[in-house]
Amino acid sequence: MIWKSIKVGFHRLGSPPTFYRFCLLLSPWLWAGFAICTIIGLYYAFYVVPPDYQQSDTVRILYIHVPAAWQAMAGYVVMAILAMIALVWRIRTTEIMAMMCAPIGAAFTLICLATGSIWGRPMWGTWWEWDARLTSMLVLLFIYLGIMGLYAAFEDRRKGARVACILVLVGLVNIPIIHFSVEWWTTLHQGKTIRIFGESSMHYSMMPPLIWMTIAVKLMFGAALLDRSRNELLSQDRRKGWVAKKLLGKGVK
Amino acid sequence: MSAMLALLLRDLRLAIRHGGESLMPLVFLFAVIILVPLGVGPGPNLLAAIAPGMIWVAALLASLLALENLFRPDHEDGTLEQWWLGHLPVTGLVISRLLSHWLVTGVPVILFAPLAAQMLYLPPQSLSVLMISLLIGTPILSLIGGLAAALTLGTNRGSVLLPILVFPLVVPVLIFATGAVAAAADDLPVRANLGLMLALLVLAITLVPLAATAALRLNIE
Repeated sequence: MIWKSIKVGFHRLGSPPTFYRFCLLLSPWLWAGFAICTIIGLYYAFYVVPPDYQQSDTVRILYIHVPAAWQAMAGYVVMAILAMIALVWRIRTTEIMAMMCAPIGAAFTLICLATGSIWGRPMWGTWWEWDARLTSMLVLLFIYLGIMGLYAAFEDRRKGARVACILVLVGLVNIPIIHFSVEWWTTLHQGKTIRIFGESSMHYSMMPPLIWMTIAVKLMFGAALLDRSRNELLSQDRRKGWVAKKLLGKGVK
Repeated sequence: MSAMLALLLRDLRLAIRHGGESLMPLVFLFAVIILVPLGVGPGPNLLAAIAPGMIWVAALLASLLALENLFRPDHEDGTLEQWWLGHLPVTGLVISRLLSHWLVTGVPVILFAPLAAQMLYLPPQSLSVLMISLLIGTPILSLIGGLAAALTLGTNRGSVLLPILVFPLVVPVLIFATGAVAAAADDLPVRANLGLMLALLVLAITLVPLAATAALRLNIE
C-alpha cells in the first residue's frame, strides 16, 4: 500500500507542474539543513579540532576541500544515473535535472581545485603539480564544461539535453580514474586516508567537522539542483498554460 | 559488409580527389615539427626530451582538423537520413566512416612519424615504441573525435565545441603514449603503458560506434 503510493508519487514527478511543486516544497528544507550542518561543521572546524602537528592551521582547508571533491565526483555519478534514466525512459524532468547537475558539479570541482591549490602552496611548496589526482580532477572540470557547452549549443533544449546525456555517460569513465588515481600512480597527492570500511588513517578527533561538512555539501547540492531544475523548467515552459496558472494565478483575480 | 566497404571506398576516393584538403594533417604535423625547434631552440637534448610529446600533440591536433566535416556534409544533403531509411545497420556505416577518418588522418601521421622523430633527435631505441603507440593510439583519437563530431552535429557552433569535447577524453591516451615512449628512452619496461592503451582502444572500439550512432540519431530527429 505504502509502496504503491510511493511509486505513484514518483511517476507523478515526471509531470512538470507536480515536479515544480515538489522542488518548491523540498528545497527550503534542504537549504535549512545545509545551513545548520554548515554552522555546526564550521564551528567544529575552527574552534574544536586541534591544529595538525605538522600542518598547523592550514589543515582546516581540508574541511572544504574534501567534501567539495567528494561532491564533484558524487555529483557526476548522480548526473550519470539521471542521464541514463533520461535516455532510456525519456522523462523530461530527469533530462533537465541531469543537465542542471553539470554547473553545480563544475563549481564543486573548481572549489576543490582552488582550495587544494591554496593548501598546496604552503604545504607542497607549489600551486600546481601535474600529479595524477590533480590532472584527473582538471579533466573532470573540462568534461563538466563540455557537457554545459554542448547543452547550451542546441537551440532545441530537449535535443541538447539528450545529446549531452550521451556525453555524460561517455565521460563516466573518468570517475574511477580519479578515484583510483592515488593508488595506480604514486605521485604527490596523498593516498586514501578515510575509509568507510576499516580503520581510517586520519585521527578520530579530526572527523566530526568533516562528516558535518560532507552532509552539508550533499544537502546543498540537492537544494541547488532542485532550484536550478525548477527555474530551467519555468524558462522552458514559459509559454505554457500551467506556468501562467502557477505564477499569475494568485495575483490575477 | 559490402556496403561498409563501398562507403569506405567512396570516402577514400573523395579524400584523394580533394587532394590538398587531405594533406592537411601532414602539413600540420610538419608545421609543428619545424616550428618547435625554431621556437624552443635547436638543442638536441631538449628536442629529444620533448619529441614524443610534440609528435603526439601534433597527431592529436591533426586528427581534429577533419572532424568538422566528418558527418556534416552528409547531414546537410540528407544522406544521413538515408542511412536510417535503408535496411543496413547504421552502426556498421558509422564504423566505416570512422575507419576512413583514421586512414586519412591517422595513417599519414604514422607513416611520416619516423621522419619527424629524426628531425627532433628522438633516441633510436624509442622509435619502435613511438610507432606502436601511434598505431594503437591514433585509432582511439579518430573514434573519440568521431563521437564528438556526432554529438555536435546538430549545433551550429560545432567547431568551437569539438576541441572542448575531445580534449578531456583523449588525455589518458596522450599520457600513456608519451609515458611509454619516455620509458623506452630510459630502457624501462613499456608494456604496462601500451597495455593500458590497448585496453582503451578495445573499450573505444566497442562503445564509441554505438554511442555515435545514438548521437547521430538524436541529431537528425
